Amino acid sequence: MWRGRKLSSCGVRFLETLGFGYPSTLAELPLRTSWSGTMWFRAYRMTFSCLTRIKSYRSSWKRLCSTSQTTVDSNEVKTFLALAHKWWDEQGVFAPLHSMNDLRVPFIRDNLLKTSANHQLGKPLSGMKILDVGCGGGLLTEPLGRLGASVIGIDPVDENIKIAQHHKSFDPGLRKRIEYRACSLEEIVEETAETFDAVVASEVVEHVIDIEAFMQCCYRVLKPSGSLFVTTINKTQLSYALGIVFSEQIAGIVPKGTHTWEKFVSPEKLESILESNGLSVQTVAGMLYNPFSGYWHWSENTSLNYAAHAIRSKVQEHPEPAELFSKRETEELSANASTNPCVCEELKK
Amino acid sequence: MMVAVGSLVGRLGMRQWGVGPSALTRGPLTACRRWAGASADTVYDVVVSGGGLVGAAMACALGKRISGEGGKKGAQELKSTCGHGISFVGFGAWDHICNMRCRAFRRMQVWDSCSEALIMFDKDKLDDMGYIVENDVIMHALTKQLEAVSDRVTVLYRSKAVGYTWPGPFSMADSSPWVHITLGDGSTLQTKLLIGADGHNSGVRQAAGIQNVSWNYDQSAVVATLHLSEPTENNVAWQRFLPSGPIALLPLSDTSSSLVWSTSHDHAAELVSMDEEEFVDSINSAFWSDANHTDFIDSASTMLHYVVALLKPTKVSARQLPPSIARVDAKSRARFPLGLGHAVEYVRPRVALIGDAAHRVHPLAGQGVNMGFGDISSLVHHLSTAAFNGKDLGSMSHLTGYETDRQRHNTALLVATDILKRLYSTSAMPPVLLRTWGLQATNAVSPLKVSGHSELQDFCSLRKDC
Repeated sequence: MWRGRKLSSCGVRFLETLGFGYPSTLAELPLRTSWSGTMWFRAYRMTFSCLTRIKSYRSSWKRLCSTSQTTVDSNEVKTFLALAHKWWDEQGVFAPLHSMNDLRVPFIRDNLLKTSANHQLGKPLSGMKILDVGCGGGLLTEPLGRLGASVIGIDPVDENIKIAQHHKSFDPGLRKRIEYRACSLEEIVEETAETFDAVVASEVVEHVIDIEAFMQCCYRVLKPSGSLFVTTINKTQLSYALGIVFSEQIAGIVPKGTHTWEKFVSPEKLESILESNGLSVQTVAGMLYNPFSGYWHWSENTSLNYAAHAIRSKVQEHPEPAELFSKRETEELSANASTNPCVCEELKK
Repeated sequence: MMVAVGSLVGRLGMRQWGVGPSALTRGPLTACRRWAGASADTVYDVVVSGGGLVGAAMACALGKRISGEGGKKGAQELKSTCGHGISFVGFGAWDHICNMRCRAFRRMQVWDSCSEALIMFDKDKLDDMGYIVENDVIMHALTKQLEAVSDRVTVLYRSKAVGYTWPGPFSMADSSPWVHITLGDGSTLQTKLLIGADGHNSGVRQAAGIQNVSWNYDQSAVVATLHLSEPTENNVAWQRFLPSGPIALLPLSDTSSSLVWSTSHDHAAELVSMDEEEFVDSINSAFWSDANHTDFIDSASTMLHYVVALLKPTKVSARQLPPSIARVDAKSRARFPLGLGHAVEYVRPRVALIGDAAHRVHPLAGQGVNMGFGDISSLVHHLSTAAFNGKDLGSMSHLTGYETDRQRHNTALLVATDILKRLYSTSAMPPVLLRTWGLQATNAVSPLKVSGHSELQDFCSLRKDC
């Protein structure tokens, strides 16, 4: 009965979005029940306006990349500001993120336990310091805190931090273990250099302006051999069709305007950015969301969502470009006829 | 004897301040404060409302540290220890039970009073099929075990919950996201998960507004402790279906057995008030008399018996008679009304129902408290996994998993028990013929018998001596 809501609300939202524009404002569109031929015209108009917007986003992205000193996109901030009070509704707009904890918490926990020899009974992450970048309302921060870690959650949206603080304040066990700050990653890089056993950037890199700079900051705040965990969305036709058109526009699984397809990152590109910044990729695993059951599953297919685990290498900070090039050559030579150099390890659950 | 010793609130608390060195060794569902010093800020992981067999067992199971190492191995270990039903061994109460008294039974005979049909359950090589354990023995063992985990579990005796405050759908305003329980003395407890184990008139279920499908059987159960005429090996459980209801004799020792006789309200009142000699005579006669046999049914069952012998000339189970009764323990006679009940939902946000609060069944199959123990096993499994994933314990995402697991299992058993009760409540010809042939066929066809047997077995197959 709790999950049934998703199916029924899908139908209502489908009718509502017949006249969608893209990207939309967050005001609810009036319910339209007209099924006339104007629907087709609207669809054409939508596609056209969508493509125009993609182009304008791309140019604005290029412009910002060269001059900005921050990885925070102010448009993204606005999007999330309007949704801030809905974070902790487990059946609400952020339900898929709540349910994603079933995958990402064990992913983080198990990979961190592999690196640590000291297992505290019942508090597996005890003694670890974790940075949750783009923590939002603290959906992932709180489970990590409950598992014993000391977590700092940062988010550029003030309202999110307020909500997160408020939610954590009720639980005496979490009050001391979790700290929230309203800031961007760049602002704390200096004071927290080489502090964290793990950095978690879950559903974040598809919202930042400059991934290269972002990863450099992640590298700097990690301890040597510290872990970086990233979950994000692949940039494929399928992710456009399902991740944007279906999820946002039709079924309303994700609030409209949350994602911009142009900012999605493929695993190959992410891996190359990570490797070139001294972060050695250990695992890449695909994740699939079932909108009917509301649950996520691990998958070999990374064309929609995926998770990656990388470790900050101890030895060299930034490998020379020439070295990197020869390393890639060697990889391609030793790889099979397959054109996909991406390392995809199935995570055993 | 049905026990309801006031109401007992067991709880697992969380340390309010700092993580001291000793607390580092505790599991996620652990650490607790003594009640005397609890401040208004204390939030407990779990509060169990109800201190009967199922409530106390739940508190023990949660208090006992289940996980071994951390990591994936720990998760697998968690799943395997909890995967096959409640294990009294797992949380240490079984040793206490064995040190007191329990009785293994090796065979079970169930037969009709209107015909010769019978069904016999036994294991190959006559291994122990299950155990009969008295209510008081289980409660004593659980109380001892609760003392052993008293650093993680606090028990409030003689306290009654008078009110519950539920949290809003999600915390937006300044309202607390926890469940608040108001006790009879005016104090309150805050908890992340309230488990209702307070019997078939559950206050938790009513306060949560969960609908309960229920009806009363026109029957009461009479219970007593009986002494046999002479000592015997006494490892057989007997049950005979009389038109008024089933009568069962369960072995407790070489010289004593427990009686559970379900019959009409009037007859039950009579049985409880009659003198000892008359009572003993009624019991013996109920097991031995063939007054309800009719020639027609007898011939029909003999006919099927020959057919079965022809097709499968192997095992022939002859009807045996239970041992005769000489005396009844003074003051051990009691009666209680019977009915069926099933909660439409077992869970709500931050609430879960277990035991009779969720389901109430006729004692003819001896599965009432076993179903409750099964609920505990499933819920502990789901909560352990959730805790190992750092989840909020009161979250519906894993509570619905528990509900699905148990509703599937319990509904089938409730329906089957209800059908059996109705089928055997009459001495009219057609149902008697149907059930006679049915019972004989089931006894002859091994697979049917085995699957029925395994349902009855469940885990430790403890049968409540009520």
